[in-house]
Amino acid sequence: MNSPLNAIIIGAGHNGLTCAAYLARAGQSVLVLEAATEVGGLARNRIVANGEQLSSAAHLLHSLPQNIIKDLQLEKHGLHYAAQHLKTVSLNKDGATIVLNKQLAMGDQLSSADLLGYDRFYLDMQRFSKALLPVLGKVAPEIAIEDWRQKLDLLGLGWSIRKLGTFYMREFLRIIGMNLYDLMDEYIENTQLKAAIAMDALLGSEWGARSMGSVLTYLYRQAGELRNNTGLALPSGGMGTVSQAIAKSARQSGADIRCNSPVKHIIIDNNKAVGVVLETGEKIYADTVISNADPKQTFLKLINPDHLGTNFVRQVNNLRAKGKAGKLHLVLSQKPSFTGLDDSLLGERLVIAPGMDDIELAFNPSKYKRYPDSPILEIILPSVRDDSLCQNGQQLLSAVVQYLPYDDSTDEDQNRTAMLKVIIETLEEYAPGISDLITTAELLTPRDIEREFGISGGHWHHVELVFESFLFNRPTPLLTRHATPIDNLLLCGASCHPGGNVMGIAGRNAAQQVLRGEK
Amino acid sequence: MTNVNNQRPLYERPILETAFYPSYKHLIQNDQYEEWGGYTTLASFASEGQEYFSVRNTCGVYDICPMLKYRISGPDAERFLNRLMTRNIKKMLPDRVVYSVWCDDNGHLIEDGTLFKFSETEFRLCCAEHQIEWLLDSAIGYDVDIEDVSTDIAALAVQGPVSCSVLKKMGFSGVDNLKPFQLTVFSQLGFEVMISRTGFTGDLGYELWVNSSDAAPLWEALFEAGKSRGIRMIGSTALDMLRIEAGLIMVDVEFMSCFHTVRHLREKNPFELGLHWLVDFNKGPFIGRQALLKAKQNKPQRQLVGLDIDWNKQADSALIYDSKDCSRQIGEITSALWSPVLKQNIALAFLDAPFYEGNKSMWAEVYLHRECLWERKVFECRVTPKPFYSPERKSLTPPEDL
Repeated sequence: MNSPLNAIIIGAGHNGLTCAAYLARAGQSVLVLEAATEVGGLARNRIVANGEQLSSAAHLLHSLPQNIIKDLQLEKHGLHYAAQHLKTVSLNKDGATIVLNKQLAMGDQLSSADLLGYDRFYLDMQRFSKALLPVLGKVAPEIAIEDWRQKLDLLGLGWSIRKLGTFYMREFLRIIGMNLYDLMDEYIENTQLKAAIAMDALLGSEWGARSMGSVLTYLYRQAGELRNNTGLALPSGGMGTVSQAIAKSARQSGADIRCNSPVKHIIIDNNKAVGVVLETGEKIYADTVISNADPKQTFLKLINPDHLGTNFVRQVNNLRAKGKAGKLHLVLSQKPSFTGLDDSLLGERLVIAPGMDDIELAFNPSKYKRYPDSPILEIILPSVRDDSLCQNGQQLLSAVVQYLPYDDSTDEDQNRTAMLKVIIETLEEYAPGISDLITTAELLTPRDIEREFGISGGHWHHVELVFESFLFNRPTPLLTRHATPIDNLLLCGASCHPGGNVMGIAGRNAAQQVLRGEK
Repeated sequence: MTNVNNQRPLYERPILETAFYPSYKHLIQNDQYEEWGGYTTLASFASEGQEYFSVRNTCGVYDICPMLKYRISGPDAERFLNRLMTRNIKKMLPDRVVYSVWCDDNGHLIEDGTLFKFSETEFRLCCAEHQIEWLLDSAIGYDVDIEDVSTDIAALAVQGPVSCSVLKKMGFSGVDNLKPFQLTVFSQLGFEVMISRTGFTGDLGYELWVNSSDAAPLWEALFEAGKSRGIRMIGSTALDMLRIEAGLIMVDVEFMSCFHTVRHLREKNPFELGLHWLVDFNKGPFIGRQALLKAKQNKPQRQLVGLDIDWNKQADSALIYDSKDCSRQIGEITSALWSPVLKQNIALAFLDAPFYEGNKSMWAEVYLHRECLWERKVFECRVTPKPFYSPERKSLTPPEDL
């Protein structure tokens, strides 16, 4: 068979593009196939109205590591920041806001015990996040394997935990499986402060702060942020520009990226992936096929099950990919004003999570496929920092909405409309008069995200980031280290270790595995 | 079939009676009951020797109702089964039966069983252990319906030299034209009877399949027709003797399903059981293919073989050694029998490489219980081909009219 291409990558999400860029830089001929009209996946821009552009799903950059930015020369290719090190501002109906700026918490209602507790919590969590770092950037080492490199990686994790010292190692092992709710109780009293912290563990997740494993999810995100030096950053021109920059870098290294090219299935010959068939019927062959699609999409939709074993299909089918994060986009005729929020803080990351119980109450209905009465919101007004996004003094509001159920009922459209109304009512309580400013409003539910971005269950991290799907078990034991039961077929998406968020590490590591010949 | 009240706790639930049980219970003389798959079954009805000889000389009937039966239907049924089974199901003709095994992703044996093909879109799988979970999970991605029809269908194995004549006398004309592993449906009795030329005895024989509601009239008609030809119900003890002579393996005796093994490496692959002929690598992908391809590269470390043991004491559970002083164990016996028809001491045994090949001498350590004392004996034995017993009538079509 004549196979002119070294690799085909299915999906031009940020990981697929990163993988393509690294492969192309190593001299491989790479073709990226994207179903949508534009690259970026969850990190692409979206035109909401009259040319106003918004980040369509992910709206903040915090975990893209410095070395990937450097390797791929992303700054040269258009990655610029409208703002870095955003503070977190927890809004309050009565105007009692709390501002979190790294180690510092500010708020009139915070007691000195809260402030000290937060300081201690912050430092402890930093310490523990760092302990996770040795394995975070690498391909997950496997247990029970005779490969010295992987053994070293595992030893590295062990050593990094041991290095914490007896006290903190014990503490790490005590808390790592805990839930954030209980852990924070050990440090802090003020519930609004705790809720603001908890947001980091919850965004995109299926679970609440009282669910087991939320500490791990929290540390994971903190560790991701340790790998770059921009903190919570707002890319100029929206998250789409991040993906565009990676795409540019990949193209410059010689990768070919084709949009509007949905893949119908992966061609497998004698247990080897040899190419893909597009929806148009066109067949393209390559030595390696790398899927940036989530595992369910890849194995249950793009591959004829004849080629897979039942144990494997069972594992993939059971993967937990129940997205609960929705996305709200508003176009406002002018800057809104939030009760008690100084105008200078309008461009920060605003959080509506009044207390820990409110998070739980927003989470509970979603377990039963119902919508919350008062959702938890992470709000960004990107146009405050980046006036290139809007004209005529208009403002954009982008918010992550937790917890929306995956709604496959026939009332989906009515439910979405009703939920949008609930969200706007919630916003109105915090920013009286905001509803009169809205010129355009749209809500993407997890099901919309599934439809629009082709992600099973609409889950932002493709597969829930939890202990059972962590390190060598991510996404499942049979899919570890980017490899799949099909030869020459690899995964490079968020479902791979370290997974989740706009991080790019999974994409880069998949490329490394291909270049090492481990496929 | 007895009604089960599923609301009652498991330990209070009565053991079930098969659809034929009311018909034959008057023949039970020695109360040798045993549980099989939740049903009351019999180790023997009166005399296991007579029951055994009825199959070799006349006609023995074994109640196989407790077998699990799955209806597999739908547009993808054939494709689904071709992936599930190690044999090539696409080659199978309608109205045929094949014996096959199926494995998990690691090439470990799950079970063996018989697959009946009615059409490209309708099959029935028959086996000894519950498979519904595996079948349903294997069906992810296929347009196929899987239904457990075990209690809807009642079945009898009618085995022995005169079995064909008895069936003909029942009115199933043309049954003598059935080739081994062929099936056909008759309706002479006023209800549908599916007859397949299959069995677990290594003899001429058939299996009769009806709706459970037609079980009683079928049994009556069968025993009426067989009365003058020495027909007899047989129990599992006789069946076990018969299947050992035929060299047929049994789940939980020769191998354990990989679903049930607990200890590492106790799973078996088809090659270790000598079932190379059941694995078709040329048919395209199937579950476990990659692992089995790898396993096939090397000869199995152990393999199941037939043994011929000197002397006349049945070598149950004996360990096999490479020398008479029993210093190095090289295998063990899984099933043993003093074969009445062969007058030969036979066994199925797992032997280490290279002992399962060639004609090497080995010794079986047998413990005999004699007059309340245990005696240890060491008998020489050697590998011998299976099946131990395979009469010509087993595959003769049409069979001799007796």
